[in-house]
Amino acid sequence: MNEDKLLISKNGLWNNNVALVQLLGLCPLLAVTGTVVNGLGLGIATLMTLVLSNSIVSLIRPWLKTEIRIPVFVLIIASIVTTIELAMNAWFHDLYLVLGIFIPLIVTNCSIIARAEAFASKNNLLDSALDGFMMGLGFTLVLVVLGGMRELIGFGTLFANAQLMFGAAGESMTLKFGENYDGFLLAVLPPGAFIGLGLLIAIKNIIDKKQSAKQTVVVQDAEPAAS
Amino acid sequence: MSDSNTQTSNIQFKNILITASLLMFFAVAGALLVGITFIQTEDDIEYNEKLTLLKKLNNIIPSEAYDNDLLLDTIVIEANAQLGTSEDTVAYRARKGDKDVAVVLSSVAPNGYNGSIYMLVGINVDGTLAGVRVVKHRETPGLGDAVSITHSDWILSFDKKSLSDPDVKGWKVKRDGGVFDQFTGATITPRAVVKAVHNTLLYFDAHQATLFSKPGTDGKSNSKGQDNKQPDSKQPE
Repeated sequence: MNEDKLLISKNGLWNNNVALVQLLGLCPLLAVTGTVVNGLGLGIATLMTLVLSNSIVSLIRPWLKTEIRIPVFVLIIASIVTTIELAMNAWFHDLYLVLGIFIPLIVTNCSIIARAEAFASKNNLLDSALDGFMMGLGFTLVLVVLGGMRELIGFGTLFANAQLMFGAAGESMTLKFGENYDGFLLAVLPPGAFIGLGLLIAIKNIIDKKQSAKQTVVVQDAEPAAS
Repeated sequence: MSDSNTQTSNIQFKNILITASLLMFFAVAGALLVGITFIQTEDDIEYNEKLTLLKKLNNIIPSEAYDNDLLLDTIVIEANAQLGTSEDTVAYRARKGDKDVAVVLSSVAPNGYNGSIYMLVGINVDGTLAGVRVVKHRETPGLGDAVSITHSDWILSFDKKSLSDPDVKGWKVKRDGGVFDQFTGATITPRAVVKAVHNTLLYFDAHQATLFSKPGTDGKSNSKGQDNKQPDSKQPE
């Protein structure tokens, strides 16, 4: 049982990462990752959507008919995203001003309907919620890392505008590297997002390759004993 | 044989009915969720939007300079070529006591590097600029976006300028022989902004009297807050 949960977590964070492996949701991913704070904001919104949509889909699973499952998923996801957008507009207005136009983009994030279809409609509530959370977390991590790379190279700062998310305390979170850094435009523009994501995918693949090479050695060593 | 046929078609019909009602149930539930959230958040959102707007206006006209309600003391300005606007905009008037203090106009620089640049231009009653802020633009990040206050102080160089200071020749970027700085690598954006601000000042000069006209004609559009205080003649007795 516990191993199941571990596997779900590992899948969401690494092995089946939404952004790095499934390559889903690239539209919002590439658009907002200009800074860490933007990436984090969209990541959290996506995470909430994933957890909620997975939970609801899992709950209604017994009554769901195959013929209408896709429209129902779409309805659920659209309602959740609209609700999140309204709530954000009401209670995190400053952040909404930054992320507002990207929130509706979550609807176009295929990973959400993909998780509903591939996982939540076949698994129990707890596993589905966990899957949504881990998938969302994996996506958020990529958003934050990519945002950090682009912000650092593009503007020479990290956590700029953190006060939008964390209030006054965020003001002191902004890190500035080098007083006279002119910035590197390419990193901020869309090509920078593609190059950055490409690099991240490459790094992940290198790590995976090293890991599997190690594992084969271990397996070869262990095989005689196991058999 | 025919009996079993009707039976299967009956079952089929039933199935379709169930499926359809299921779909309808989810549609209604979704709409309900969104509707309830909307009603719950409506007031907060309206309040937030007002606050954001007021914050923007207060950046141009400090709140201690006026004592009227900026958001209610407005006048609708029709689309105007000099302002670069293509639809009706709202101008906000600041007054202290009986004295007019300043007006904030919406202005558009249509010829930015990457489309229109939307601005709020605050003009004091004596014709000097209270301040200019870019509210929406799509200029190149890192170059043209320096017109935005979040990226550089350049936009503050308009403060206190007027039609006579500098004169017509001065209302240009330095490269064109004027007094306003351009940015390294970006001349088109500041050039467009300077021109639009100058045009806005010209508009103000020509329309000053109507811009400060007392509320009344537009009272119906913003009487929301006053409804409670003023007796409504239409109300049944």
